[in-house]
Amino acid sequence: MNPSRLTIEAGKGELHYWADLWRYRELFYFLSWRDILVRYKQTVIGVLWAILRPILTTVVFAFVFGKLARMPSPGVPYIVLVFAGMLPWQFFSSALTEASNSLVTNANMISKIYFPRLIVPSSAIIVAFADFLISLVLLAGLMVIYHIFPTWRLLALPIFTAIAFLAAFGAGLWLAALNVEYRDFRYVLPFLVQFGLYLSPVGFSSEIVPEKWRLLYSLNPMVGVIDGFRWAITGVESAIYWPGFAVSMALVVVLLLSGLWYFRRTERAFADVI
Amino acid sequence: MPDPAICVENLGKKYRLQHRQEGRRYKTLRDALTTVPRRLWSRLSRGSAATDDRHASSVEDFWALKDVSFEIPQGEAVGIIGRNGAGKSTLLKLLSRITEPTTGRIDLIGRVASLLEVGTGFHPELTGRENIFLNGAILGMSRTEIKARFDEIVAFAEVERFLDTPVKRYSSGMYMRLAFGVAAHLEPEILIVDEVLAVGDASFQKKCLGRMSQVSTQGRTVLFVSHNMGAVTTLCRSAIWLEGGRVVRSGPARQIVDEYLTSNANAASAATELSDRPRYGDQGRRLRIEKVEWLSGFPLQHDEAFRLRIYFQTFDEVHAISFGLGFSNLEGVRLLSYDTDFQDGYRPDIRKGSVCWVDIKVAELPLAPGLYSFSVGSRSGDAFSLDYLPETGQVEVVMGPKTPGYIAVPGAGVRLRSDWNWHSGSPQIEPVNSTLS
Repeated sequence: MNPSRLTIEAGKGELHYWADLWRYRELFYFLSWRDILVRYKQTVIGVLWAILRPILTTVVFAFVFGKLARMPSPGVPYIVLVFAGMLPWQFFSSALTEASNSLVTNANMISKIYFPRLIVPSSAIIVAFADFLISLVLLAGLMVIYHIFPTWRLLALPIFTAIAFLAAFGAGLWLAALNVEYRDFRYVLPFLVQFGLYLSPVGFSSEIVPEKWRLLYSLNPMVGVIDGFRWAITGVESAIYWPGFAVSMALVVVLLLSGLWYFRRTERAFADVI
Repeated sequence: MPDPAICVENLGKKYRLQHRQEGRRYKTLRDALTTVPRRLWSRLSRGSAATDDRHASSVEDFWALKDVSFEIPQGEAVGIIGRNGAGKSTLLKLLSRITEPTTGRIDLIGRVASLLEVGTGFHPELTGRENIFLNGAILGMSRTEIKARFDEIVAFAEVERFLDTPVKRYSSGMYMRLAFGVAAHLEPEILIVDEVLAVGDASFQKKCLGRMSQVSTQGRTVLFVSHNMGAVTTLCRSAIWLEGGRVVRSGPARQIVDEYLTSNANAASAATELSDRPRYGDQGRRLRIEKVEWLSGFPLQHDEAFRLRIYFQTFDEVHAISFGLGFSNLEGVRLLSYDTDFQDGYRPDIRKGSVCWVDIKVAELPLAPGLYSFSVGSRSGDAFSLDYLPETGQVEVVMGPKTPGYIAVPGAGVRLRSDWNWHSGSPQIEPVNSTLS
């Protein structure tokens, strides 16, 4: 038998990091499973909440933006337009919130057990993903009601979902690590999310943004994702503004890489600070 | 000599202590945003070092562990002993990779599992079955391993009937048994255990100790931190004594424990600060015992009077409170208890934010000479524990002027005055005591 050998040396924590991440994949699975289980344990409230939240927000937004503000809708029922935007936004915002708070929520585990800390925010996002899947069923219902036939573009939906996932993960890593360091960050977060909702084209089509501002507007990574969702679901030709989409994507990559970098840099001290 | 399983060289861990405002534990963004401009401003306006000095002095380096080196051969059970703040927990945290060392290196040969707390990651909403899998995964077991040992764990914990009940409905005993059960069935080559046995009742502790000695006889390396010297001497072959972040001595467990206890009893000061101790019950959230002081001085004397003062603070209004003082032998068996409300049932209510103390005076201490540990606690009403410090400290009891020399045998426990009557069935011997008929 050749027992495994482990060397811990000052300042050389990362030697085994990525191998460890693979070794602890079951923990990732179990933590996600725990969070989902706990979320839907009080079944009625859990599942109902996942259904009610997007429906109610969509109805309100469709009413305010479509009926009161009379925003233009490019050839689809306004409610479908809003829902197609609400779907990725809700996923993004709840994934971001869950991920940001995940380290503090699991503080006890972090100060008592070793495991690659990246597992915590990533498994937190899985819960938001479960809610997202439930909302997808609602979307299917909505498409049936409004006679919107899926096209081949729907196949691109997983790609846009993955982009939203990565954007939430990148930003979530930043916020989770900052949350450990500065405890009042959690008061900033709901504000950021609220702000993001109005900055993103959830209640309206991004086409109403004047042409000269669109590239700047695309600095919000969710603009590209929401446009992508609308393009894939409603089949409206011009939904994606490609230069903006490229900017959005570049930003997601930057966010993700810098998030990983900052998280890895601060991770070693988590147990000391938390 | 077998190959080493754990090899530690020049290990050190530095913490940065920040003296912050009272009652604030965490850095906040607000602080960060306000201190930077303030510092800049003071530098610009005065250009003096006065304010900078104040900032510098509010941050202080603290070596929780320094220049620690040792080697542990494979299959050895080693106890780590030392006072609170000696660096024991830091050492375990470094060995289990929870934090990184500041200096030095550690070599671990074999799979490591660490158990710094029983039931880490248990979720109250999940059932016993679900928590076994979750906790197993957290402790580093794979799903197949957990499945293979599932029945053993359940049998150990004695919770067969409640497997599908959420653990929030478990009694605390069941909860502890289940949590320890999962941990006890880890099969690593190196097991690192912190003071997890301080909680739970006597039969539970016995069960855990039994399981742990079984583990250490299977050729696994065990590192065990405890305040329970009895457990250290029974479980461990050797011991490492830490003090102020350094190794004082290491060697055979029995010898090291004896030296440690003797030095402890000699060095013990009459007052013991308790603010950083582990607590049970309500964990001192509403009432916290801050300090105990032996007003009658050290050492305590058998059959003589002693006085103890317990200082406490309240953070909430507390009702019908009482205090207790208990003495246990070093195996953790309670020998003697005193309670404030025992005589007259007097239990005061105390307002929020009070700083108080309560004195106990005992006319004759019945403990036979020897080393004991004592604990203090506070209750509200009949059962609710406000604060409880199971190992508040250790005291040595020596012979008093009234103690006849011959009873200074260890393990005598409580020695009380008593009347004995001698009888004889034979007419040749006169009864000693003439009051007998």
